[in-house]
Amino acid sequence: MKRLLTSIFVFLALSVPAQAAGFDETINTATAPIAKFIGQIVFFKIPVGEAALPLVVLWLVIGAVFFTFYMGFINIRGFKHAIELVRGDYANPKDAGEVSHFQALATAVSGTVGIGNIGGVAVAVTVGGAGATFWLIMAGFLGMSTKFVECTLGVKYRTENPDGSVSGGPMYYLDKGFAERGMAGFGKFIGTFYAIGIFIGALGIGNMFQSNQAFVQFVNVTGGEAGSWFADKGWLFGLVMAVIVGSVIIGGIKSIAKVTEKIVPFMAIFYCIFALMVIFMNFDAIPQAVSNIFSGAMTGEGVAGGALGALIIGFQRAVFSNEAGIGSASIAHSAVRTNEPVTEGVVSLLEPFIDTIIICTITAMVIGTAQVADPSFAGEAKGIAMTSAAFERQISWFPIPLAFAAMLFAFSTMISWSYYGLKGWTYLFGEGQTMDRLYKLIFCIFVALGCMVKLGPILDISDALVFLICVPNILGLYFLAPIVKREMDSYFARIKSGEIKKYKHS
Amino acid sequence: MSNTYLVAVDGSAGSLRAAEYAAERAKASKSKIILAYVIEWSPYSFHTPEELAERHKRREEEIERAQTTVLGPISKSVKDAGLDVEVSVHHGNPSETLADIAQEKGATQIFIGRKGESRISSLLFGSVAGSLVQTSPVPVTVVP
Repeated sequence: MKRLLTSIFVFLALSVPAQAAGFDETINTATAPIAKFIGQIVFFKIPVGEAALPLVVLWLVIGAVFFTFYMGFINIRGFKHAIELVRGDYANPKDAGEVSHFQALATAVSGTVGIGNIGGVAVAVTVGGAGATFWLIMAGFLGMSTKFVECTLGVKYRTENPDGSVSGGPMYYLDKGFAERGMAGFGKFIGTFYAIGIFIGALGIGNMFQSNQAFVQFVNVTGGEAGSWFADKGWLFGLVMAVIVGSVIIGGIKSIAKVTEKIVPFMAIFYCIFALMVIFMNFDAIPQAVSNIFSGAMTGEGVAGGALGALIIGFQRAVFSNEAGIGSASIAHSAVRTNEPVTEGVVSLLEPFIDTIIICTITAMVIGTAQVADPSFAGEAKGIAMTSAAFERQISWFPIPLAFAAMLFAFSTMISWSYYGLKGWTYLFGEGQTMDRLYKLIFCIFVALGCMVKLGPILDISDALVFLICVPNILGLYFLAPIVKREMDSYFARIKSGEIKKYKHS
Repeated sequence: MSNTYLVAVDGSAGSLRAAEYAAERAKASKSKIILAYVIEWSPYSFHTPEELAERHKRREEEIERAQTTVLGPISKSVKDAGLDVEVSVHHGNPSETLADIAQEKGATQIFIGRKGESRISSLLFGSVAGSLVQTSPVPVTVVP
């Protein structure tokens, strides 16, 4: 009897870890400490009462507030003009066939509208309460000014390569902008710092986080954590995803990317329409949900650190979603054909507006109204699974199209970011087939890795890396802001005097 | 002052016939010929960041190709027939752009070739000649 018990015990002891330690688990345990270590360095926190304020969040908020005031609330002043520019009112017919304002904006938006808009918002609401939504919107509003500065500089200091293609983005404006201010050495240093940041950072926000959440939603619709055959096969899903991404960025199968680029904008509209439907299906819960957002923002009820805690979370997730302060979008924006860099800055204002103030807020309302109707609607679900549960309450089949949308968003964001990362890489190592391939290969490996690791460590790594990019970028923006202000004032003066005329609608 | 005839060319057989036909008329009426090549393009389409970065280069290539493979040979034969000829390449919606060029250059007539598409396909995809007839500010001659 005793021997039997012992043998059963031994058997169990051996089999339990053997069962649990699938391939995914092994990868997970290996990366967790690394994530934690990076997180600790970058997320140095200042204790403020009960809340802890990560230094980098403070860095971004101060930057966004400063630019909003310094540029005289360009986020409000420039809004109408932004729409006129996108509509093509000021487009010179002679430039037909070049990159239009609309195209630059659409591409940059496809890069930013990703899983963060669906899953990231759920994370914000879970950790920061309903009040986080208020700060999320606020961050989007202030972020518009940061974006304006970044994208104006992106166009102003882009490099036109001998072959006629264009390279732009923070590494170029930091480099050239500082040189213009007589600080060439520092410009080189900070440009390099940024380039390193973006090619590593691309592996987090634009890669692992995306593939991870796409996988989570995929498992969710194929039977959930317990029932899905795929639940412990993240490596398989990751491998497939990596092969598809690889076939586009390494194999050069552009048609896949082209199709995605064309579907994503429609997907985003489709998502918003259904989200609005769900919100109105919870009609009774709307007033309560809205009031929760405001009261939560002021009191921070039930949130670690109170109102300040909610604020921190809101800002953190907003930046993750709209990328204001990260400088990535200015890489895409810099391709536009214009003699006035300010016009592209003005157009880019719309990006945080669409991404955060519209799409994120809609997601937050879907979750918020569901919470009012049934506080425990999501059970244990976190991230995108929580958003999915909120939709499922009203439209039972929606998780499936949501999974499809999530995968497309993830895919287009990954394609865009692979390019952003590559631009940082080529800034450092120059244009070269072999080195390009190497980077793209690393990128694909991280796509697969993202599906094997749990959300927690992924968020830690991604956040840490993203904020690493903000440090050199925003530091540079402070120095270069006077140049932008000068250009902005001159541009708007010429609009007013009629020197710059509309070609259409006049 | 003599007349100006605008001819839409895209290298197709129909557009060659249109150019020939317009050249005959021009000779009779001592008119000037403008050969315009419009590359289909919309400012509201979606692209990857990589495509955007290369757009300027591609545009130059497209214009170059239109000039050398299509406009060059046609303008030469028109010139050989003793006519005054001007060529241009544009990007945009073909029928709208042709109408704009006609207005801008003061053309008195537009000549355009017909593809001879079936009813269904022109219903689905529209035909440039068809919409030009509807929107043109000057008379349009559709050459079969």
